[in-house]
Amino acid sequence: MFRSIAVRKSQGTQYIADLRAAKPAGFRGKPVINEAACASGCQACQAVCPSRAIQLMPVQIDLGRCVLCGDCEPICPSHKLSFDNDVKLAATSREALVVSAAHPDIDPIKVSKALHKRFGRSLKLRSVSAGGCNGCEMEINALSNVNFDLGRYGIDIVASPRHADALVLSGPITRNMAEALQICWDAIPEPKLVIAVGACAISGGVFADSDALDREFLDNFKPALYVPGCPAHPLTFISGIMDLLGIAG
Amino acid sequence: MTTAQPLALLALRDVAPTSLHELTQLCSQRLQAGERLLTLFGRPAPELGANIIVVTAVLQPAQGAWVILRATAQRGEHYRCLTAQYPAAQIFERELWEQTGLFPDGHPWLKPVRFEGDRQQHMADYPFFKVRGQEVHEVAVGPIHASVIEPGHFRFMCLGETVHHLEIQLGYQHRGVEGLLLRRPVWQLTPLVESICGDSAVAYAWGYCAALEFMSNQPVAPAIQASRAIALEMERVAMHLATLGGMATDIAFLQGGATYGRLRTAIINASQRVCGNRFGRGWIRPGQAKPLSEALQQDLTQTLRAFAKDFAQVNQLMLAARSVQARLHGTGRVSTQAAQDLGLVGPVARASGVALDARTQLPGAVYGHAPLPMLTEPGGDCWARMRLRMREVDASVAWLLQLLGDNTLDLSQSGQAQSSIPAALQPEALCVSLVEGTRGPVLQVLETSATGELRHYKVQDPSTANWFGLAFAMRDNAISDFPICNKSFDLSYCGNDL
Repeated sequence: MFRSIAVRKSQGTQYIADLRAAKPAGFRGKPVINEAACASGCQACQAVCPSRAIQLMPVQIDLGRCVLCGDCEPICPSHKLSFDNDVKLAATSREALVVSAAHPDIDPIKVSKALHKRFGRSLKLRSVSAGGCNGCEMEINALSNVNFDLGRYGIDIVASPRHADALVLSGPITRNMAEALQICWDAIPEPKLVIAVGACAISGGVFADSDALDREFLDNFKPALYVPGCPAHPLTFISGIMDLLGIAG
Repeated sequence: MTTAQPLALLALRDVAPTSLHELTQLCSQRLQAGERLLTLFGRPAPELGANIIVVTAVLQPAQGAWVILRATAQRGEHYRCLTAQYPAAQIFERELWEQTGLFPDGHPWLKPVRFEGDRQQHMADYPFFKVRGQEVHEVAVGPIHASVIEPGHFRFMCLGETVHHLEIQLGYQHRGVEGLLLRRPVWQLTPLVESICGDSAVAYAWGYCAALEFMSNQPVAPAIQASRAIALEMERVAMHLATLGGMATDIAFLQGGATYGRLRTAIINASQRVCGNRFGRGWIRPGQAKPLSEALQQDLTQTLRAFAKDFAQVNQLMLAARSVQARLHGTGRVSTQAAQDLGLVGPVARASGVALDARTQLPGAVYGHAPLPMLTEPGGDCWARMRLRMREVDASVAWLLQLLGDNTLDLSQSGQAQSSIPAALQPEALCVSLVEGTRGPVLQVLETSATGELRHYKVQDPSTANWFGLAFAMRDNAISDFPICNKSFDLSYCGNDL
C-alpha cells in the first residue's frame, strides 16, 4: 500500500498538456532545404538516400519516402540540407508531403467536416503491422501511454476490427501479410478510413524495391491520413489526427 | 593484451571446403564436445557452378576462437540431419533447406522458417501438427493479434485448458531483407540495417559497421566504440522497460505498466537528444558514432540517475505484490537442460541459468575496458525472466554511469569520423560479426567476392533460435498463460522473418 503510494507520488504528472505545441528536443524531423545553389552536376544527396526520397533541380524531399536518416545533410557540399525538430509532418494527400526551398512546409491539413461530425469525439483504431520493423508499432503503442494519452480525445486502440473505425497501417505490406490485411479491412464496418503510418506504409520506405511486397491494397483504399517518419513520432500522428478531425485540444 | 572480440575474419582462399557430409560430421563431433552451433547457413554459389551450394557453419567453443567450417554441395543434396541428435540445429537446418534446397534427412519438423521466394503466400500448403483424441481441441490465433504487435500465427493443441503443444508459424513480416542488402553500395546500408529489426536498430547498426571496419582494416577510435556501446546499453534499458511494462499490463498490474512506460519515455527521449531518433537510428555509421559533448554526457547522467531511483521503487512494488508472484512463479518454465538443448540465447537462456553473454565472453575493447557482470537466474520461469530483465537494467545503468564519468575515454571526441572510409573490403573473405543485443546475439555474416564486392549478407536475429523455446515453455501450461509467457520472452517477428 505505502509502496504503491510512493510510486504514484514519484510518477507525478506525466501527460503532455498541449500536444499540438510539443516540440521534442533533438528530434530529426522536417527537412529544411535552403536556397543555396547546388554544385554543378552534384547528385550526392540523391545517391546516399536509402529510399529514393530526393529529386534534384530543384532539390525536393518526399516525406512519404524519407526515413529521416539525415545522411544527406553531411554529404551535401553546399550545406543545402538540414533537419529541424518539427513533428508536424502529416498530410491528407501524397503530394502535400513533398518539401523544397520554394515549398518549405507540408500543406496544412484541412479539417474534414464529415470526419469531424462522425469521429470528432470518438475514433477507434485497429492497428495492422504488415511488414513493420516494430518501430512504428512501438510508437503507435506509445500513443496510449501516460505521456501522450491520446485516449483523452476519445481516440483509442481496439482489439477487434468489428469495433474499429480506422485501420492504422504500418509496414510496407509484405506479400505474406496482404491477405490478412484485406480480411481485417473487410471486417471493419463502414464508414471507415485508412491511416498510413511511417515511410514503409506510405511508400515502401527502405523496402520499396523488394519483390516480397504486395501493395495493391493501397491502390484500392487511399489513406485519409499519411503520417511520415521512420518510425513515425507519436506527436506526428497525434497532430495529424487532431487536425483532420478538428479536435480543438 | 588483446581482448577477445565478437568478430572473426576468414580468408576464403586459405580454406578448402569439405563435403556437406563431412561438415555435418565435424559439427556433430564438436556439438558432442559441448560446443555451441552459432549458425549454419548456405547460399547458391553461381561462381563455382550452376548447381553448387556453399554452406557455412560457425561453432563457439567454451573457450577460444570461433570455428568456421565451409562445405560445398550439389543443389538438392540430402544429408543426415543434425537436429535429431541436437535439437538446437532445428531452425538452421530448416532455413538451410528453405533457402538452398539442401535436404536434412530425418528432420522432425521440416517446415519453412519464413515462407520466402516461391513459397510466399503458400503457407496453407504446409500443415500444422495434429493432436488427436477425444476432448482434444485446437486454438488458432493470428496472424493479427489483439494488441498493437507484429503478426504471427500460433496454433495451440490443447486438452481442456492445458496446452500440449504450441506450433508457431512466422513469415508474415518477410520483406526480403537479405536480398535488398546486396542491392545498394555496401557502405551505405545503415538505414536499411537499422530497419531489419527496428527495436534493435543499434545492435544491428553496430554489428554491420564493425564487420565493414574489420574487413577493410579500419579500426575506429576507442571514443567511437564507447559511444556505440552507450547507444547499445540505452537501447537495452529501453527495450527491457518495454517488456517489463508489457508484462505488468498483461497481468493487469496497471501501476507497473504506467510507470515502466513513462520511465522508458525518459530513456528513449534521451537517446533522441543524442542522435535525433528515439530508437537510436543515426547514432552509428561506418567509421562514426554520434559525439557525446560534455553537455550531453551530463544530460544522460542526470537522466539515468533520476531513472535509477524511480526504477528501483517500482521494481520493489512489483516484486512484493502477491498477485504478481502468483501469476509469474512457475509459469512457462524452461529448465537449464532444455535451454541448452534447444540452443536458446540471450536473456531467455540466462533466465534459465545458462551463462551466455557475448559482452562478458567476447567483450571487445569497450566491455574489456569496463566489464559487465554475467547475470543469470536459475528459475527459468516468467518470474526469472522478469527478475533478470530488472537486474540487467540495473547493471546497464550502473555501467552507463561509469562510462559517462570516465574521463579517459574522451567521449566528446567520438564524432571524429574515420576519414579513409569508405575503403576497399578484403576480397574473398568471410566476416562473422556478433553484437549482444537486448534479445541476445545479433549475428551478421558478410562474404566478399574475388574483387571485394559484397557477395552474401547473412542476417540472424537471436529470436530465430528462441521462438521454439516459447513453444516449449507453453507445454503443460494453461492457454490463458500464453500472453504472459510470450511477453516474458519478448521475441522479434521481423527479425525472424527478415
